[in-house]
Amino acid sequence: MIPELGHVALIIAFMLAVGLALLPLWGSFSRDTAKMNLAPSLAIGVMLFVTIAFSMLATSFLNDDFTVAVVAANSNSLLPPIFKFSALWGNHEGSLLLWVLILSGWMTAVAFFSRGLPLIMVARVLSVMGMIAVGFLAFSLLTSNPFERLLPNTPMDGNDLNPLLQDPGLIIHPPLLYMGYVGLSVPFAFAIAALLGGRLDASWARWSRPWTNVAWGFLSLGIMLGSWWAYYELGWGGWWFWDPVENASFMPWLMGTALVHSLAVTEKRGVFRSWTVLLAIFAFSLSLLGTFLVRSGVLTSVHAFASDPERGLFILIFLALVVGGSLLLYAMRAPVVASRVTYGPVSRESLLMVNNLVFTVATTVVLLGTLFPLVMDAFSLGKYSVGPPYFNAVFVPLMALVTPFMMVGPLSRWRDDSVRRWVNELLIPALGVAVIAVAAALMSSDRFNIWIALSVLLAGWVTLGVLRDLIRRLLSGGQGKLRWRALSPSFLGMSLAHLGFAAVMLGAVVVTQQNQERDLRMAVGDVEELGGYRFELKRLGQLAGPNYIADQAVFEVSRAGELLTVLVPEKRRYLASGQIMTEAAIDASLWRDLYVALGEPIGKDAWAVRLQYKPMVRFLWLGALLIGLGALVTVFDRRYRAQSRVKATIESGALSVAS
Amino acid sequence: MRAKRFLPLLAFLVLAALLYKGLSIDPTELPAARLGQPFPDFVKAELKSGQPISAEALMPGPALVNVWATWCYSCRVEHPYLLALAAQGVPIYGLNYKDESQKALAWLDQLGDPYRLNIVDAEGSLGLDLGVYGAPETYVIGADGRIVHRHVGVLDEAVFARDFRRWFPSVMTDEAAKKVREGNG
Repeated sequence: MIPELGHVALIIAFMLAVGLALLPLWGSFSRDTAKMNLAPSLAIGVMLFVTIAFSMLATSFLNDDFTVAVVAANSNSLLPPIFKFSALWGNHEGSLLLWVLILSGWMTAVAFFSRGLPLIMVARVLSVMGMIAVGFLAFSLLTSNPFERLLPNTPMDGNDLNPLLQDPGLIIHPPLLYMGYVGLSVPFAFAIAALLGGRLDASWARWSRPWTNVAWGFLSLGIMLGSWWAYYELGWGGWWFWDPVENASFMPWLMGTALVHSLAVTEKRGVFRSWTVLLAIFAFSLSLLGTFLVRSGVLTSVHAFASDPERGLFILIFLALVVGGSLLLYAMRAPVVASRVTYGPVSRESLLMVNNLVFTVATTVVLLGTLFPLVMDAFSLGKYSVGPPYFNAVFVPLMALVTPFMMVGPLSRWRDDSVRRWVNELLIPALGVAVIAVAAALMSSDRFNIWIALSVLLAGWVTLGVLRDLIRRLLSGGQGKLRWRALSPSFLGMSLAHLGFAAVMLGAVVVTQQNQERDLRMAVGDVEELGGYRFELKRLGQLAGPNYIADQAVFEVSRAGELLTVLVPEKRRYLASGQIMTEAAIDASLWRDLYVALGEPIGKDAWAVRLQYKPMVRFLWLGALLIGLGALVTVFDRRYRAQSRVKATIESGALSVAS
Repeated sequence: MRAKRFLPLLAFLVLAALLYKGLSIDPTELPAARLGQPFPDFVKAELKSGQPISAEALMPGPALVNVWATWCYSCRVEHPYLLALAAQGVPIYGLNYKDESQKALAWLDQLGDPYRLNIVDAEGSLGLDLGVYGAPETYVIGADGRIVHRHVGVLDEAVFARDFRRWFPSVMTDEAAKKVREGNG
């Protein structure tokens, strides 16, 4: 009964979404206020019924209802309850339902927070989001019904959740990631609504900016969690693999990075109007493309869902309609008349133009690398896989290129600035950072490491830009008094995100350059030194978990004769599936991680062991956390709260202090 | 000026056509060029004896060539089934892929040895010629020494029944084997 209720709720949600996609949009063209006014209630209706469907599926998972096909395939009676719940989105059908749930959540939020906006805008934005909901609800109902029953051949117990996914990180990683992915549909809907209305001025940029920042912030956090999870769960201590599915989430992030910056220019100065619209379309299109790549089976990946050409075709048609339709609309409606606002070659606009270019190029090279195997295959030119060497070779220089501009960016002035002013403000401290960088590279190892020097230099420059801006703002009141009010949420958010970027860059380079690892055979009593730490294998044991049995090894880690910690890595065998999992043991700290993972048993009382010393690996995730939090902080800026009263005027060109 | 605005749409249409083509391709499929071709020529050491062997050592077919390594956990999962197949007389040749021979020998000592011979492919060059994605993979070599089938991933009872039985009709299903045991007991 419960699955059928869920199914019915999903069908009702679909019908409401059809209404949302059609009626308010129709009303917006026929100037029918009643129809336009339906938009918020329809959006909330979709959300309510999707929530019911989601709860019904969750109930089936928690009750071990193995008559439901996805429950039987992805859960097990021995599974701890929290994993039974998260197993809901550990599969194609359930995660699609989560996708729709989050989309309906965003729609409701837009309906709720946009009451100050012109009705016609709200109606169109919600209609566009309704169209996306129609597509995904149809996808779910027609090709991937999560409520399908296994009758009469009901299994006694479920197949179990893939042990890789039985982890707290995986409880929150997909929802956060989807918050970001799906959240990019909001700026997309605003862009489409603006194109439909033919009013591509600064107002749509102002309205969609906070939404874009939040979505992009969630996407950052989601990607960070994924990387962190891969690090401790996959058992080999890597943190980024350039796997197609990782790229699927990374491309919208890169495009989103360009978008959040481009929106700032369009909002403040009314320039880059076409470009910003296009970026909004691209960012969401890449989200959809990611969905296609993950669920259609066109690329091989460690974490693609089970492939099914029929589903692939469905998403492809949907992708063609959404992306093709919006680009056609763009081609027909984008502003032909160049903006009247001008800016000089040395100005904040130009710097943000560089940012736009670099991140668009970065997205393109990642896209090319991801699709290259497919291209070669499609033309029967052979089977290829594109690995980290390609991505590192093209991506790392691009990021290094953008950082000097990040130093100057926050300090620069709109419209017209002078290089001499930048030199005056930054040259001496920038040289100081260079000295520090060389010193740090000399001290960190025996030989001078140019990469470490460069990363410290660039990260230092970004930090310098942030600090200089901070000081300037605090002193802007004059009379020796600190002006705390100048530190607006927009400024704080941007600064946090820039510092986060610097931290990620530093962490990535240092851990890549200075990582030490050793694979060796260790028996009880064996001692090994690594990175100045002493690892002693004290004993081996066994342990029975709720749904697995594990071999354990107990390591005592000491330094200079002093016991630091005890690390207990495990090798688990999950009972239901027989799958074997490596549970690494990690001693984490800000400046270094010690990482011990068990390989395989060698003989009776020895194991192949991998020891790793990973300096500054935490900077990666802390940095990404700062980026995500920074993006979320910007929403508290006062000017977004008074949206209704803001009259967007491009011509005024008046600048507020906040970026 | 207007025509330029259609460029993103055109680029997308090309991409969509490519993705459409991609749907009909199975990325894990054997490169068409390899299927029906003789097993690539090689001269490699045999794992246990250390003697050089070549493709002729795999003859006559039909036989299985199983790509495995000690770093591959799925190989451990499929290993018991390989032992069962070997016990029923299926000729299985190992391709020890990007592995260390010491570890590989220890593995066979500990878990049992289903292989007639093991080709040592430490640097993975033969794997490259074959188009190996990773371990485990299993190839069927026909009676004339040509590659007739490839399976990517764990080989188990269900996969064997579906894709491999036609070359090895004498191999019993689990149920048949159980019946035989019960009949004897």
